[in-house]
Amino acid sequence: MSPASNTPERYYNYAYLDEQTKRMIRRAILKALAIPGYQAPFGSREMPVPYGWGTGGIQLTAAIIGPDDVYKCIDQGADDTTNAVSIRRFFAQVADVAVTEDTAEATIIQTRHRIPEQPLKAGQVLVFQVPQPEPLRGLEPRETETRAMHAYEEYGLQYVSLYESVATYGRIASTVGYPTMVDERYLMSPSPIPKFDNPKLDDNEAILLFGAGREKRIYAVPPHTRVRSLDFEDYPFETQTWEEDCALCGARDSYLDEVVLDDAGERMFVCSDSHFCAERRAQGHVGRMADHQLAATPEKEPAQ
Amino acid sequence: MAYVAVKGGEAAISNAHRWLAEDRRGDPAVPELGADQVREQLSLAVDRVMSEGSCYDRDLAALAVKQARGDLPEAIFLMRAYRTTLPRFGYAQPVETAAMAVRRRISAAFKDIPGGQVLGPTFDYTHRLLDFRLAADGMVPDAAVEAEEPQTYPMATIASVFDHEGLLESDVPSADTGEPFDLTREPMSFPAGRDQRLQALARGDEGFLLSLAYSSQRGWGNTHPLCAEIRLGEVAVAFVPDELGFAIEIGELTLTECHMISTGAAGMETAPQFARGYGLTFGHCERKAMSMAIVDRALRDAEEVEVAAPCQDQEFVLYHSDNVEASGFVQHLKLPHYVDFQADLQLIRRLRREWFDREAALKEAAE
Repeated sequence: MSPASNTPERYYNYAYLDEQTKRMIRRAILKALAIPGYQAPFGSREMPVPYGWGTGGIQLTAAIIGPDDVYKCIDQGADDTTNAVSIRRFFAQVADVAVTEDTAEATIIQTRHRIPEQPLKAGQVLVFQVPQPEPLRGLEPRETETRAMHAYEEYGLQYVSLYESVATYGRIASTVGYPTMVDERYLMSPSPIPKFDNPKLDDNEAILLFGAGREKRIYAVPPHTRVRSLDFEDYPFETQTWEEDCALCGARDSYLDEVVLDDAGERMFVCSDSHFCAERRAQGHVGRMADHQLAATPEKEPAQ
Repeated sequence: MAYVAVKGGEAAISNAHRWLAEDRRGDPAVPELGADQVREQLSLAVDRVMSEGSCYDRDLAALAVKQARGDLPEAIFLMRAYRTTLPRFGYAQPVETAAMAVRRRISAAFKDIPGGQVLGPTFDYTHRLLDFRLAADGMVPDAAVEAEEPQTYPMATIASVFDHEGLLESDVPSADTGEPFDLTREPMSFPAGRDQRLQALARGDEGFLLSLAYSSQRGWGNTHPLCAEIRLGEVAVAFVPDELGFAIEIGELTLTECHMISTGAAGMETAPQFARGYGLTFGHCERKAMSMAIVDRALRDAEEVEVAAPCQDQEFVLYHSDNVEASGFVQHLKLPHYVDFQADLQLIRRLRREWFDREAALKEAAE
C-alpha cells in the first residue's frame, strides 16, 4: 500500500466526486461547449475546500480527469502559490494523477487569474476557477434580470458602462475580467484574468472550461472560437504593457508581477508565469537581477 | 522578504497545519475534550451544526465542533463537505410534528391552550448571571421535578385550535406532488417555490436570518408576527424502501418547530384570516426557528405586494443566507491577488500621470 492510499482523501471515490455527480457535471460541460459562452447551471456540490477557493475548477477537473492525465495547477500564473500547491496535492492524492509544472506536458491545466504565456495545443484543457460567472453582475445584481438580458442579447448596459469609463477616465478603465463577446452571441466574463490574457482566448486550440462552484455555473469556449474583447472604434481594446522587462529572465512580452524590494521604493518586475520564466532561464536568458533569491530553484514537493 | 511568504510550498502548508493541530489541543496539561463531552455538554452547538450542516448526526457534529475548535461556521462547513459525499437512498416520509413527543411547547397567542404551556429546558426567564459554581468541578445538578400528571399525547397543535373558525390559513398540501426541490442537487432558481425557500432558510445562517427577522420587526417589511406556537421534541422518521413497499420507522429526530402568525389584515378576495410563517430546525435552535418563520412570512409577502425591504426579496435573502458560501467567498480575499492588483496599479499610475500632466498644462496656460 502506498502512503497516499492511507490518507483521509482516499476514503472517497476516484477523484473525490461520485460517478453520478461527475456525469451530471460532464453533461453541463457538453451543454456549455455546445452553446459557447452560455452559463449552464449545474448542481454544484459542497467540496472539501471553501467556496471562492476553486470549487468550480476542482469540480470540472474531477469530472474530466483520469489516471492517464498530467495535471498542472497555477494561481496568479505560478505553480508554487499556496492554493495551487494545495489543489495540486488534492488531485495527486484523490486521482493518482501525474502532476507537472510544464505547461506543454500537462493535459489539464487548472488556473486562477492567468492564462499561461506558452500557447496551448489541441488536446489540452484549460480549467478556469471563476468567482463570478456573470459579466453583467456589477451592473445588475438580479440573476432574473441578467438571465433575461443574455436571452435577448441585450448588452447595451455593458457598452454604456464602457462609455462611462471613457467619459470619466479618458479610456476603458477595466483591467481584469475585461468583458468578452463569444462567437458574437454571448457576453462572457473571462474570469479575473488581466486583459493582457484576453487575446489568448480567441481562436485557442485548447478547450477552455470555466467553473463557478458557489454560483453553480459552467461555461466554455470550444477550440477555435472567436472571442472578442469589447471596445469602440475610437477606443480600441489594448492590453497591458510594461516599461520594464523581467528582472530574472529578461522577457519583454510576458505579464509581470511587481516585487517590492525595500521600503525606499525599490522594486523589481518578474514574470507572473513561473514556468515560462524558469524555462527561459534554463535556455540561458538572463535578466538584470538574475541572481536574486526568487530565481532559486523552488523547493520540490516530496515524491508521491 | 515579506512578499515571498505568499509563495509557499508543501512544507509551509503542512507546518501550518501541524501548528493548527497544536493550537487546537491547547495546553496538554489540561485533559483533552472528548467528542462525547461536546455532544452532551455543548449540545446546542451540536444542534446548530446539524441544522445548518443539513446532516442529522450528533456524534459527527460533535466531532466537527471539536475539530473546528468551537468555530461553528467552520464546523458546519465540515459537516456539509462530509454530507455531500453520502449516497442517497431516497426521501423519507414527511415527519408529523403534530405527533411529536413534546418536551417544550409554548404559545404566545393564548393564555392557555389545550395541552397547556410547557416550558421545558429553556434559557427563558433565567437571570443571565455567570454561575461561578460551574467553574468548580464535579457539580451534578439536581434532576428537575417530574409533573404529577403525564402530558396529553398527542399535544394539540395551534392549527387545531383555530380550525373550527377558519381564522388561520390551513396547511394545504401543494398541488405539485413531485419530488421537492433540492438545493443540494440543483442550483437556485427564481421565482423560488416555497419548498426551495424553506430549504434555503433551514440551511441558512442563524445570525443572518436573525438580523433579517429583526429588520422586518423594525419596519423593513414588517409582517406583524405573533408567536403562535413553538414546540420542541422528538418525531419518528419513516421511510418506504422500494423492496418493501410500505413505511418502516428508521429513526427519531429532535426538532424545533415555530409557527408565526401574521396579525396584519389579509387580502379581500378571500375571507380575512391570519397568515403563517414557518420555521423548522434540527435539534433545539429556537432563535433560528423563530427567525426563519418571520423571514418565511416576509418572503411570502413578495407573492402579493411589491418588494420594498431586504427580507421580502427572494434573491437577496436566498443568495446570501448560506454561511458556507458567504464565509468561503469573503475569506477567499486572503488568496493572492497580485496579478489583479498589478493591473490596478498600472491603471492608477497611468491615470495619475495623466492627471498631473493635465494640471501642469492648465497651470501653464493660466500663467
